[in-house]
Amino acid sequence: MSGLVTRRTILAGGTASLLAAPWVARAQANTLKIGMQSIMSGPIALLGTSSRNGLMMEQDRINAAGGFLGRPIEFVIRDSKGQPQEAARVARELVNSTGCELLIDAEASSASFAVQEVVRDLGNIACIHTNSETSSLTADPKIRAPTAFRVARQGVHDAVAGSIHLAAYADAKKLNKWATCSPDYAYGRDTTAQYLQFFKQFKPDVEVITDAWPKLGQPDFTEVITKLIQAKPQALFTLLYAGDLSAFVNQGNVYALFSQMTVATPNVDYPVLAAIKNLPAGIQSATRYLETFPDTPANKEWGQAYLKRWNERPTNWSWQNTVAMQFYEAAIKKANSLDAKALAAALTGMKINTPFGVDGTITMREDHTTIGYAIGWGQTTPKEPFIVDVKAADWGKIIELETEWKKQQKYI
Amino acid sequence: MDLDALGACLTTSACVVTQTTSGLIVGMLLFLVAAGVTLIFGVLKIVNFAHGTFYMLGGYVAYTAIGITDSYAFAVLSGALAMALFGVLFERVLISRVYGSNVLMQLLVCYAVVLIFDDLVKIVWGPEFHAMGMPAAFQVPPLFIAGGVVPPFYAVLIGIAALIAIVLGVGLSMTRLGKTVRAAALNPQMVSALGVNTTALFAIVFAVGGGLAGLAGALAAPVRSLSPGMGFSILIESFIVTVIGGMGSIAGALVSALLIGMVRGFGTIGFPKFTDGLIYILMIAILLLRPQGLFGRRS
Repeated sequence: MSGLVTRRTILAGGTASLLAAPWVARAQANTLKIGMQSIMSGPIALLGTSSRNGLMMEQDRINAAGGFLGRPIEFVIRDSKGQPQEAARVARELVNSTGCELLIDAEASSASFAVQEVVRDLGNIACIHTNSETSSLTADPKIRAPTAFRVARQGVHDAVAGSIHLAAYADAKKLNKWATCSPDYAYGRDTTAQYLQFFKQFKPDVEVITDAWPKLGQPDFTEVITKLIQAKPQALFTLLYAGDLSAFVNQGNVYALFSQMTVATPNVDYPVLAAIKNLPAGIQSATRYLETFPDTPANKEWGQAYLKRWNERPTNWSWQNTVAMQFYEAAIKKANSLDAKALAAALTGMKINTPFGVDGTITMREDHTTIGYAIGWGQTTPKEPFIVDVKAADWGKIIELETEWKKQQKYI
Repeated sequence: MDLDALGACLTTSACVVTQTTSGLIVGMLLFLVAAGVTLIFGVLKIVNFAHGTFYMLGGYVAYTAIGITDSYAFAVLSGALAMALFGVLFERVLISRVYGSNVLMQLLVCYAVVLIFDDLVKIVWGPEFHAMGMPAAFQVPPLFIAGGVVPPFYAVLIGIAALIAIVLGVGLSMTRLGKTVRAAALNPQMVSALGVNTTALFAIVFAVGGGLAGLAGALAAPVRSLSPGMGFSILIESFIVTVIGGMGSIAGALVSALLIGMVRGFGTIGFPKFTDGLIYILMIAILLLRPQGLFGRRS
């Protein structure tokens, strides 16, 4: 077979590629590369894949509308596996070697803090964090970076909204004895503490009688489940998510856990709902992303388009990444530039129309984080729409308590 | 640390029954995986770092099988048999080439298999997690024994694992094949010189080890999430089991797997934030007192 590849064909091929090279180079130079990094493998790969799916739909939409500043956009996607050092390396490489002119940091919190420092150090690149919910990333002025923004839920917003809902629910149902069960790392511990702090503020007679801290990705939750059953709480609050939450519910079903206590979680997403074959009814649940909340045609249309394209439902991460691109689009139009400082100035205080805002808009606040996105609490039902009786959270109250919290933390 | 809660638990039958069941299910499933690791090490002196992959693939095969036939029994059998077959292929094609090589070479081969199959699983089944869901026959309320909760599904799983422990124990000590396997563990050259086909014997050992891990993955599939890379955490725990029990000892694997199960079951009540730490402390303590492990032979 090797005889077929002659010196002549190699020469011909080489000449052809030489001739073609300037065209290729020009096409590449014209394309605006956007670096995207996330966890694309392992048990929480869903974080990365559903982020990417949302971005791909935006890429098509934006390119069909003429791209950014007349240039077609293209994502360069990297898997950091969620490791901070790897994430920092990837971020630098995306900017310095791959020539990306904008960044989407779709990492989970631990890695986002590493990316934040790279962005601060580079100084000349705009970055939007799309998945990190840890409040301090933008709330702490020492950690906030001049050209980095967050388009995602912020932990403290969810904690206030969730606590208000749960306190009212616990009052109505007379649930005073609670248990918690959250993953044993920074997110699980800090966020649980934050929920409890607000929860106790709204309902001082609440008592946490037991807590369990399974490891992230732990294959078996049996001992945790039986421990919770032993303690006989009236209600359980859990921050488990994705595959862990699905395993917990499946294993909890074996012990009929859901008939023995009320369960509340902010982390139910469509893929979790799809993977849990026997979803118990009546779990108090926040809407991470729900096609029926906000109940608008635009939201439903996007959810259906996503389902049609990817053959699965979107996650919370999908809409966050989508909105990040909508912010980039509006900011680039306003600044008429890709310059990081100009974009940062344009983004700060910007309000955009988007299906995912509770009133059809989302605002990028001065402290580089979004407000006005849909937060609602309802209860699960085994069939579509999976979460019903959804009540919208009161953003006025959320911001009031967030400000108080920021003062306590000495952020303002 | 919550010693009061632990004390209260140990004095009520409900808590003891519930946590013991929970320790048993964790321990017995772990035993199935660790038995293969220790058997393979005992006979072949190979540390099979790819053992978690057998567990993972067993789960995925069962997941697909139940999708086709809707039968949990068939799914479990196909998971176990597919992995037994995979074990033979793995031994013949790869491991047989590194017998007697240094441990780094063996580690490299196994690790390559882990990475390749994690990626293959991603390609075939997708990177997202899956859940098999509880088979209809087991969608029943849990039993209450002495006030403690015992799910029928787990009772069946524990029964199956216990049966396998007995079959393994009896098989190794009573049958001709078992005796040959034990002899090969002690002196493979002599066994070979006596006319035993050691090539077939080694393949059988891998078939049994792989089949057991596949069985564990398949049995647990209704309650545990399936995801690429899920074999890793179970692999680490099986190594701990193997080390505590004594490398190569099936009885040791059973005892130490149950010990770990119980530490998990009761540790989570007394030391909710330090359960994993307890397991390592247990391992260190045992290794200080008996460096060869509980049932290991001093070499």
